[in-house]
Amino acid sequence: MAVLGDVIFWVLALLAVASGVMVFRFDSMARATYALLTSLLCVGGEVLLLGLDYLGVVIVLMMTIEMAIMAVFMVMYMMNPAGLMPMTMVHNTKGAAVICGAVFAVLAAGILLAPWPSRRGRPSHDPTMDLGLSLMGPQMLTMMTLGLTLFATIVATVVLATRRGRYDRFGDDLRSRTADDPVRGGMSR
Amino acid sequence: MSDAAPLWTTVILPVALALAAVVTAGFDAVLSGSAERGPAGSVREAGLRAVAPLREALRLLVQQPRRTTAADRLLGRLGVVLVPVAAVLAGAVLPWGLRSVSDPSVGIVWFNAMEALAWAAVWLVGWGPNSALSLIGGYRFLAQGLAYELPHMFAITTAALGAESLRVGDVVAAQDGLWFVVWMPVAFLVYLLSALAMAFWGPFGHPLSGDAAGGAAAELAGVDRLVFLGGRWLLLVVTAGFSVPLFLGGGHGPLLPGWAWTVIKTAGVLALLVAARRALPVLRMERYMEVAWMVLVPLTLLQALVVAVVVLNR
Repeated sequence: MAVLGDVIFWVLALLAVASGVMVFRFDSMARATYALLTSLLCVGGEVLLLGLDYLGVVIVLMMTIEMAIMAVFMVMYMMNPAGLMPMTMVHNTKGAAVICGAVFAVLAAGILLAPWPSRRGRPSHDPTMDLGLSLMGPQMLTMMTLGLTLFATIVATVVLATRRGRYDRFGDDLRSRTADDPVRGGMSR
Repeated sequence: MSDAAPLWTTVILPVALALAAVVTAGFDAVLSGSAERGPAGSVREAGLRAVAPLREALRLLVQQPRRTTAADRLLGRLGVVLVPVAAVLAGAVLPWGLRSVSDPSVGIVWFNAMEALAWAAVWLVGWGPNSALSLIGGYRFLAQGLAYELPHMFAITTAALGAESLRVGDVVAAQDGLWFVVWMPVAFLVYLLSALAMAFWGPFGHPLSGDAAGGAAAELAGVDRLVFLGGRWLLLVVTAGFSVPLFLGGGHGPLLPGWAWTVIKTAGVLALLVAARRALPVLRMERYMEVAWMVLVPLTLLQALVVAVVVLNR
C-alpha cells in the first residue's frame, strides 16, 4: 500500500504542476481557468492522501464552484470581446521569470535547509480534528470574529459597488410599493 | 453498521444506475405520450412509447456528430463526459440496502462535490461548440447553480446534523426508528427541488429549454448528445436516489430486505418527480433566485436550527 500511495502522490503532484504550467501556456481564458481547476483538484487529492478526508473533499467542492464562477469573470474582464479571441496569460516575461526563479530558489532552499522534526508518537486517529484544533483551537473567538468581519466586508462591498441602490428601486422617498427593477424577481415585490 | 460492499458492486453500479435511468426515461415518455397524443390504446402501444428513449439512444449512436467552427473540442468533450462520470461517482456513496460501494467518513460532502463537478461540466458543454445559444444555456445553468446550491447545502447539512455524522451509513442508521422526513420536512422538500435543479430537468430545464434552441445542448449531436442527455438522466436518478438515505430511512423497512426498500423508495421519489414535472412550469432563474435566497435559505436555516436544538437536547 505504501508503494501505491507513493505512485498516487507522484502522479497527482506531476499533474498538478503540469496543469499549473498550462494555465500560463493556454491562449484561452476558459482553458486556463479549467487547467487551474485541474491543478487544484490534484491538490485536493494530495490532501486526501494525507488522511485529511474532510479537507480534501471540501477543496474539491469549493474549488470546482469557485473556478466555474471565476471562468465567467475571467471571460468577462478580458480586453478582447468576451474573451473569445486568443490571448496570452503572461506579460513582462523576463521580469516574471527572474522573480519566479528567485522565489523558487528561496522556497527550495528553505525546504532543504529547514531542520524538520522527526515524527514523535503515532499518527493521530482523526487528523482533521487535530489540524483544526492546532490551527484554531485557542483562537476560536478570533476566528469567529474574523468570519463575521469578512462577511460584513463582502456585504458592504457589494452594497457600495452596486449601481442601483434602494432609492433607485423604491423612489426618492422609498414609498414605491413595487421596486423598479430591470429584471423582475420571483417574489413579485 | 454499513460496511463496504464487495468489489463487484463497483462494476454493477454504473449498469444499475443506467438501467434505472432508462426505466425513468421510459416512464416519462409514457406520461408525455399520453399527455400529447392521448392515452395509449393498447399495452403494445404503451410499451412502444416506453422504449422510445431507447430507440432515440440507438438513433443518436449512429448519428453524425456535429462540428462547429473554432470549437473548443477539448473542453466541450470534457464537459459532456463529466456529466455521467460525476453522476456515477456521486452514486458511489449511495447505499443500496444498508451497504454502498464506498462509505467514506465524509460521504455527504463527497456527494455534494461531485454534483458541483456536474454543474461546472454543463458550462463547459455550453462553451465548447463556440455557439451563442449553447453558451447562453451554459450561463443559465451557472446562474441556476447559484440559486439552488445554498438551500441545497443547508438541506443536506440538516440531515447530517440530525445524524451527527457526515457518513451516509450513519445517517441511514440514525433513521432506524424515525425517518428524517418526519421532523425535517422543509429540508426534504428543498432537497427535492434542488435535485430537479441539479439535473437541470423538468421545471429547472431552462438551461436546455427550447427558447434558446436547446440551450447548452443546442450543438450536440450523435454520441455527444447521447452521453450528455443520458448523463442528465443519471444525475436525476442519483440525486433522487440520495434523498432515500438522507430523509426516507434508506434500507429500513418491515419484511422486505434493505435493497428492496431502497429500490421501492427510490422508484417512489422518481415517480413523484416525473409526475410532478407536468404540474410545474419551467422556471426562469432570476425568479427562482429570489425565491431561493429570500425564502428557502431562511427556511432551511430555521429547519437546521430546530434540528440542532433537538440534537443538543437529546
